Amino acid sequence: MIALTTLAAEGRWFDNPIIQQAVPTAIWETLAMTVVAGILTALLGIPLGVLLFTTSPGGTAPSAFLNRAVGAVVNIGRSLPFLILMISIIPFTRLVVGTSIGWQAAVVPLTVGAIPFYARLVETSLREVSAGKVEAVTMMGASRGEITRKVLLPEARSGLVAGLTTTVIALIGYTAMAGAVGGGGLGAVAMSYGYNRFESDVMIVCVVLLVVIVTIVQVIGDLVARRLDRR
Amino acid sequence: MTETPPLLRLSGLRKEFPSSRGPVVALEDITLSIARGSIHGIVGRSGAGKSTLIRCLTGLERPTAGTVDLDGTDIPALTGDELRAVRRRFGMVFQHANLLDSRSAADNIALPLEIAGWSAGERRARVAELLDLVGLTDRADNHPGQLSGGQQQRVGIARALATRPDILLCDEPTSALDAATTRQILGLLRDLRERLGITVVIITHEPSVVREVCDTVTLLADGTVVETGAISDVVADATGQLHRDLVPLPPLPLEHDGGYVEVALGDARSGTTSVDAVLALLREGGVPAEVAAATLETIGGRRVGRIQLEVDPTRTQEAVRLLQAAHLSPEVAA
Repeated sequence: MIALTTLAAEGRWFDNPIIQQAVPTAIWETLAMTVVAGILTALLGIPLGVLLFTTSPGGTAPSAFLNRAVGAVVNIGRSLPFLILMISIIPFTRLVVGTSIGWQAAVVPLTVGAIPFYARLVETSLREVSAGKVEAVTMMGASRGEITRKVLLPEARSGLVAGLTTTVIALIGYTAMAGAVGGGGLGAVAMSYGYNRFESDVMIVCVVLLVVIVTIVQVIGDLVARRLDRR
Repeated sequence: MTETPPLLRLSGLRKEFPSSRGPVVALEDITLSIARGSIHGIVGRSGAGKSTLIRCLTGLERPTAGTVDLDGTDIPALTGDELRAVRRRFGMVFQHANLLDSRSAADNIALPLEIAGWSAGERRARVAELLDLVGLTDRADNHPGQLSGGQQQRVGIARALATRPDILLCDEPTSALDAATTRQILGLLRDLRERLGITVVIITHEPSVVREVCDTVTLLADGTVVETGAISDVVADATGQLHRDLVPLPPLPLEHDGGYVEVALGDARSGTTSVDAVLALLREGGVPAEVAAATLETIGGRRVGRIQLEVDPTRTQEAVRLLQAAHLSPEVAA
């Protein structure tokens, strides 16, 4: 607070070189991390969610063993605190990206952390597709693959988008955490300048930008989900 | 209609479901046959086994014992691709249409064709034909949410017919619809049978549906067949449950002193359909009666009815004897 009032009194409020120099790059890094991790999460989380649903007792290919096995992995992935997950998979991150610092490296733990989260949301959305629709298409002689592609995913698409919106917003939160340990982005700037060096104006700018990004994602997600819902 | 071999024949069908307290029998010794080109009704209260029966017919459920013979193919014996292929010989219509909300009416109708591997051009032509058949050409691009319940059911019927199945299997097709829409849908089913010669099986709990469109009927209760046969035969059996269901009388007044006798008209025993003749018979026998309620209609080409007579409560048995002597089937209503 002292720093804030001093800044305000001296008229240097927001007239901070960090805001002009580091913040634009940080915005770009946060967006890059979120978008890349979001796309990878969708690509890998949807199949995993489909597997969770189809192998469940009411699914199209029930398998108690597979369901329990996949469910256990997903639950472990979801209960691990993100910070611990990020540190513990550093060797894997190095293997994939070649380094463990920078936004590219942060994408790996972000994706690994978000997949199980999104997979559960996918499973829930698929469960909401009425059994009658699946039965109707089963009666047409459809295979399991056709039921998934032509019934489950299209009928659940609004829920899948809503779930992805929630996941991407959670990812934005995680990027800030990743930033604190070398991941770059707005989180890193907020941490190293705003928090460690008491440059509160930097902190405020970073937080406001994060709020703006989250709000934009939510509005777009809601809009798309609503457009896809034809009920 | 009975000369040609039946299209679908079930014999000795039994289905048990395991439970913690031993197997529960859902269907027991179901034997019935359905003629090609007929409209067959399967009636029963909820829990009578209608849904399990359909699921066994279409191979969604494997019966514990018995056969389901579709034109020489034993359905419960099939698996995998063969089972998927035989399912295309059934077109299924559901109570709540079960259309996909993500697709337009036309695309819903095209779905079974996609699954059966038709080319895009073939699909387009067939969908146009089907939309015309159910009178929804102008609704092709509407999504299910933009259609009324009756229109959704029409799309459901068009979808069921798409791959030219042998049997249109309708599970409570009108139970979610109002009376006027029900009549339209039943009219459409009858019309489709005339135009396409398709065999229709209607599962329903509504006797009125049977009365209106069915040629043959099966009554299920507690998983067994109670009655089965041509509708004109079952309505003629005054002692049968279907006769009572199809020729219903209103319930007796809550408080009454017992002077009510019910008589079937146009049944196999008496043949008479004249209310006057019955009243005259009682009058001449010295037990004057009045008509309290009556149902008279033509079902399956046969004029049948049921009348509720009010007589002097102390002379009920006398009235019954008089009617029995005239080969009628009276019973004291309680």
